[in-house]
Amino acid sequence: MPAWVMAAAAEEEGGFWETAYPVLPHPGELIAGLVFLALLYLLVAKVVVPRLEKAFEERREAIQGGVEKAERAQAEANAALQEYKAQLADARGEANRIREEARQQGAAILAEMREQAQAEAERITVSARATIEAERAQAAAQLRAEVGRLATDLASRIVGESLQEPARQSGVVDRFLAELESTSSPQGVTSR
Amino acid sequence: MSLSTLATAGGETFEAPTPGDFWQPLIGNGDFAITRPMFVMALSVVVIGALLLATTKRLTVVPANKKQFAVEALYGFVRNGVARDIIGSKEFLRYVPLLFTMFVLILVNNLAGVIPPIQFPTMSRIGFPIALTLVVFVLYHAIGIKRKGLGGYFKSLMPAGVPVFLVPVVYLLELFTYFVSRPLTLAVRLFANMFAGHMLILVLFLGGEHLLLHGEGLLPAAGVVSYLFGLVMSFFELLIQVLQSYIFVLLTATYIAGSLADEH
Repeated sequence: MPAWVMAAAAEEEGGFWETAYPVLPHPGELIAGLVFLALLYLLVAKVVVPRLEKAFEERREAIQGGVEKAERAQAEANAALQEYKAQLADARGEANRIREEARQQGAAILAEMREQAQAEAERITVSARATIEAERAQAAAQLRAEVGRLATDLASRIVGESLQEPARQSGVVDRFLAELESTSSPQGVTSR
Repeated sequence: MSLSTLATAGGETFEAPTPGDFWQPLIGNGDFAITRPMFVMALSVVVIGALLLATTKRLTVVPANKKQFAVEALYGFVRNGVARDIIGSKEFLRYVPLLFTMFVLILVNNLAGVIPPIQFPTMSRIGFPIALTLVVFVLYHAIGIKRKGLGGYFKSLMPAGVPVFLVPVVYLLELFTYFVSRPLTLAVRLFANMFAGHMLILVLFLGGEHLLLHGEGLLPAAGVVSYLFGLVMSFFELLIQVLQSYIFVLLTATYIAGSLADEH
């Protein structure tokens, strides 16, 4: 039987494909599957995926750009922080230096003052001592004259003999005083 | 036997749905007849193409609307979740268009199984899964041969570290895996899931209808239960439809990755 007769007969009975096992591929459907897959693939590969990939790429770049920007800002902030820290350390060092200097200056001033005070005290002591010495000398001189006069007065009254002549008077008094000093000096404290 | 004869069969006998119900020719009845699933697939390609073109027309750095977000999520799922994770970040980009095409094509055609008024899963006609599998089969062998040379490729099928006396057996098993069981399971898994799932829903709804219209006594109530089960199974089928499209591209990516890898 020619093929078209068979086909016609099959068509009358409802067809081979109606009763065929479902695992037998229908050639038309197989070809149609290939064709439609190819069509959709062409569309997706040539248009859709490039568009989507472009969008993904742009997004990736945008995100990466953002990240880079953030990193740059972070780096700047870090640099500023370092600078501030350095400045702070400088300032602290400066303050310490100034404080130390002040302390040293204070100490120096104190030492100087002390020295001056010492010197002043010395000077005052020396001048006081000199004054005392001078006053003592003056007092001694006055006393000497006074004691001499009193002694001679006393002696003349007692002896009745006028010892008014200055030469005699001076000689006697001096002798007397010398005697007096020589007897009292071994005790050593009378002069002061 | 068809749906119309069943509806007017009239109480006496219930004709269960058969594989023949999946044969739905529109023009002609022979080997190259135009069938309804062909039309469904053509429609799916038009719809997918139009949607993808419309949603990717103006893509902004920050997703401007839900449509862009949705299409990017779907694309990102195949691109990053399947292709990049399995093939590796170095070479995956070349295979993303094919994987994405297959994923959306299978997904939409599977979903057609529950979407009124189509309600026919294209992939329950084995010709379509075989067409997709054929592409995968040729592709992963071609990649392997291009990468390693013909001899090198056939040498690379042998896993390393097998004891010498086992080599012939293992090699035969590997050949069988690469040339028979991989394409066979890839196509049949998709086909059988869609076929069986749709058949089950057919039985539940047609049987329910028959019980409801022609049953006596309490049988119409059983028909209602059957309808409810049919509804539940439709939702279950929805899950299977998504899962199977994912599994198909996942395995495709795995096979491609295996051919790209240096070691078996």
